[in-house]
Amino acid sequence: MELLKKYPKLFQWLFLLAVFFSLCFAIDVPETYKFIRGQAEFVKDPNQSTYTLFGKEVRYYAFDNFWRLPPLLGWLPIWINDSLFFLLNEWMPIEFWDSSIQEYKTRPLVLQITRNITSFMTFLIEFIREILLGGVETVVAFTSWNFVSSYPWAKLPGLPWTIVAAGAAILGYKLSGKGLSIFAGLVMVYISVFGQWKPSMQTLSFILVAAPLSFAFGLSLGIMAYKSKRVERALYPILLVMQTMPQYAVLVPAMVLFGIGDHAAVIITMVVAIPPMILLTLLGLRGVSPEVIEAGKMSGCNNWQLMFEVLIPTARRDILIGVNQVIMVCFSMAVISAFIGAKGLGWNLLLALNQLNIGLALEAGLCISLIAILLDKMSLAWANKQTDYFGNLTFFQRYKNTIFFGGAVLIGAILAFAGSFFFKEGFNYLFEVPHNKGISTADFWNKGVDWVWDTFFQTLKIFNTWLITEVLQPMRAMYLRMPAVATLVLVVGAGYIIGGIRSAFTVGGLALFIALSPWWDRALVTTYMATFGVIASCIIGSIVGTLCQQNKYTTNFMLAVCDIFQTFPSFVYLIPVMMLFGVTDTSVLIAVIVYATIPATRYTIEGLRSVPPALHDAATMSGVTKLQRLFKIEFPLAFPHMMLGLNQTIVFALFMVIIGAFIGTEDLGQYILKALSDKKGGGKGLVLGICVAFIGLIFDNLIRTWVEKRKKHLGID
Amino acid sequence: MSDAVIKCESVYKIFGENAKKMLQEANGNVDAKTFQDKGCIVGVNNASFEVSKGEMLVVMGLSGSGKSTLLRCISRLTDATDGKIYIEGQDLLSLNNKELIELRRNKMGMVFQSFALLPHKTVLENIAFPLQIKGVETENSINKAMDMVKLVGLDGRENYFPRELSGGQQQRVGIARSLAVEPDIWFLDEPFSALDPLIRKEMQDEFLRLQEKLKKTIMFITHDFDEALKLADRIAIMKDGIIEQLDTPAKIVLNPATEYVKKFTEEVPREKVLIIEDIMEKPNNENLSDLKVLKDEIIENVAEKILSQEKSVAVIDETNKIVGTVHPSKIIHTVFGGRKNND
Repeated sequence: MELLKKYPKLFQWLFLLAVFFSLCFAIDVPETYKFIRGQAEFVKDPNQSTYTLFGKEVRYYAFDNFWRLPPLLGWLPIWINDSLFFLLNEWMPIEFWDSSIQEYKTRPLVLQITRNITSFMTFLIEFIREILLGGVETVVAFTSWNFVSSYPWAKLPGLPWTIVAAGAAILGYKLSGKGLSIFAGLVMVYISVFGQWKPSMQTLSFILVAAPLSFAFGLSLGIMAYKSKRVERALYPILLVMQTMPQYAVLVPAMVLFGIGDHAAVIITMVVAIPPMILLTLLGLRGVSPEVIEAGKMSGCNNWQLMFEVLIPTARRDILIGVNQVIMVCFSMAVISAFIGAKGLGWNLLLALNQLNIGLALEAGLCISLIAILLDKMSLAWANKQTDYFGNLTFFQRYKNTIFFGGAVLIGAILAFAGSFFFKEGFNYLFEVPHNKGISTADFWNKGVDWVWDTFFQTLKIFNTWLITEVLQPMRAMYLRMPAVATLVLVVGAGYIIGGIRSAFTVGGLALFIALSPWWDRALVTTYMATFGVIASCIIGSIVGTLCQQNKYTTNFMLAVCDIFQTFPSFVYLIPVMMLFGVTDTSVLIAVIVYATIPATRYTIEGLRSVPPALHDAATMSGVTKLQRLFKIEFPLAFPHMMLGLNQTIVFALFMVIIGAFIGTEDLGQYILKALSDKKGGGKGLVLGICVAFIGLIFDNLIRTWVEKRKKHLGID
Repeated sequence: MSDAVIKCESVYKIFGENAKKMLQEANGNVDAKTFQDKGCIVGVNNASFEVSKGEMLVVMGLSGSGKSTLLRCISRLTDATDGKIYIEGQDLLSLNNKELIELRRNKMGMVFQSFALLPHKTVLENIAFPLQIKGVETENSINKAMDMVKLVGLDGRENYFPRELSGGQQQRVGIARSLAVEPDIWFLDEPFSALDPLIRKEMQDEFLRLQEKLKKTIMFITHDFDEALKLADRIAIMKDGIIEQLDTPAKIVLNPATEYVKKFTEEVPREKVLIIEDIMEKPNNENLSDLKVLKDEIIENVAEKILSQEKSVAVIDETNKIVGTVHPSKIIHTVFGGRKNND
């Protein structure tokens, strides 16, 4: 009793668990229950029940309502889909002038709008792409196909790779100095020599459109939210859902609206990249100290100057993290949007993975990661650049970068021209190394994979089988064994204990949505995989983080490693695990663990680092040992921050689980992937995505509430 | 006074939703307590005063006394709830945004407690900032900023970033920035409070030196009574939004108007604050000693000389005319006597 008085929460938790388990045992598994592999709406099965709501017929397998709730929201995806179709094809027809056939045409408003956006995006992408690679589309956009076909010179010639490489190196030098310059040059040379030039430039052109647009939109929306409470309140729920929504899921509805191709990819990328940019802009602007704002006002800033000369530069730390995020999202979308026909490295990567050509996939993946790291470093350097007012520069010094670039253009052009005589057989290596003519290490890697397979096959297989039969299958069965009602009680109860009635309602509502959707079983599988990944990641991350934090050098080293790993597009992680474990659940889970360990490690280090040094000294003076200090002082104080890391870990794990569907899992991700190839998949993809987002939000809400209370309790801000 | 640069007439600042309405209902009789019960916080309560050209008014009060709020009303960083504020005869509250910006760009400079430097700009860029905002060409603004750097003694550090400077140096940048546009009115909001005592003293001396040279009209906020005594031409002591007393340092020390003010003055070493003029008596035809002292001398500086005399000492003004007398016993009385129940 003493114990209970001391820890009232402990009693509540015990009570909750008791209720949960008694519910689990009280409600039997119905005899007819089985995990549904196919999609219910495609199966004509006399055992199915049906109902009709809002004119949509929903078919499902009915069970005892305590075991699985009926999918009362089953009409929602169909309804969304039909509404989208209606909007796109019938609503508000308007007349517009079609210049290509010289007459008026009638089209629905929404379709017309999306077509206009589409053609604008296409123009932007093609423009940059043709500067880099050459082509006629841009000229066509200003004239006509007739014009181009009658004048063969009317096209953009494209830049030889030598010029782009030199340009990148000079830009690197201008922004930050020798180091970045060498790195930029090497990356470009590598890409070219290894025959990835064309797809890389296609990806680059896509990113050079998507990233600045996302940045601009995110920044301006962030500013608007900062200025107006109303805008913020309207944006906030969307931002929250988008933060935990898997990028995959956005593909489907966007495909319905904008079709397939690079332009759709850009739009989707923007949809995914803008929310974190908004949030970080808002966070940064909120963090500017009022005195700095007042100083700006007293210096006589008008509103515009105050925003762009004072607020934004002062908040640049957070805004830069936003830029960083935008770039990361762009690259990971560059791969994912290959599913809807975006050209470039992502497409090659996907193709190679499909053919199980690990070597090729690795090369493409490496190129994406290298470009990602390069752009990340350049954007950082650009933001930190300074001006020198007193350098008494000569004309040459002042314009040396421009002069060098001019020289590079000249030499590159001459080389490319000379090359056209030298390489007679059709490939001008000094202009562009064709895709299959570069040096390729694919064979080497493939042989390596074969060797690994041959050598370790038994070991890997034993491990694999053991993991699947002894750990994964039972865990999965346990998750599926939970009656829906018991799960709901557990979630609501946890919400109540942690955050009170408000939190209970929020998480309960989120869970209820999933329970009423037709995909509860799938959601359970997703959760099981994510849980497994998160637990493993947290163990690894906290141990690695704690060990590294003991020493300044290992700390910095580990943080740098985290930075680099975070820049890899999520898809890239699938390559090495497929190399080792083939197409199994184990592969997905290991990818999940590797990916989700990044935030776990980072937040452990940062959390431990944030413990005030005065406390270290105080503890040491009280005569604690190193271990005691770690467990009695540092962990308890760092715990709130580490829990925020857990939050990130969960989001990362969920994303990876969903992407893992590409290897083949039986969770929500699989359905999202299927919805991609389904003409009427728009609504389904969206609702599936929302389900995943809600799983994330449940944990997010619980953890955040707990962290806030805990921080208040500990008096840390 | 006709040459008042800053003039306030019953300025009120009340935070809260129904502040305006409640103020009207209160009919000028604002009681902080009743307002607080209704969810409003009284920042400034019926402040009226003038600051004339070249004068330094120090507003002194403890935290929460409304001194910073008062300053922000006068610089219009917040809008006063009621009352009139005139800057060089111009009604501040009637200015539109554009005119206000114009005023700030040319007439006002402000220094902040936490320095409020722009972290992404170097010392030089920070100082040049108000000029560049005004639209001065880069080269001119940088040259002007360089002059300012020299003025505050930061030469050689102009390309440092604020984070690379010590607190005192950062505040020098803040001071230089506020002076870059050569404002007539200078607001300083606890500029030295975040500095450690030695640096603070150094900065105060530096500040006096600058003021000697620049002769700005100054409103200086502080919570440190000693600082107020050291710098001020006149001191306004605030409590709960009300100006308890506004007078010269000497008069405040000699005649504290309220119990609250008295608490501050009790601990003050009078000989360091008062000048001979404050304690002299009218000249009568008594027998004077040979010693003559100037009426503007601080007591501390001449106390020893006066105390070595037996008879009263003649007090003279700049024209060598005798304007009063001081008896040595008066000095002893001022320094040691009746601190608790003086006057």
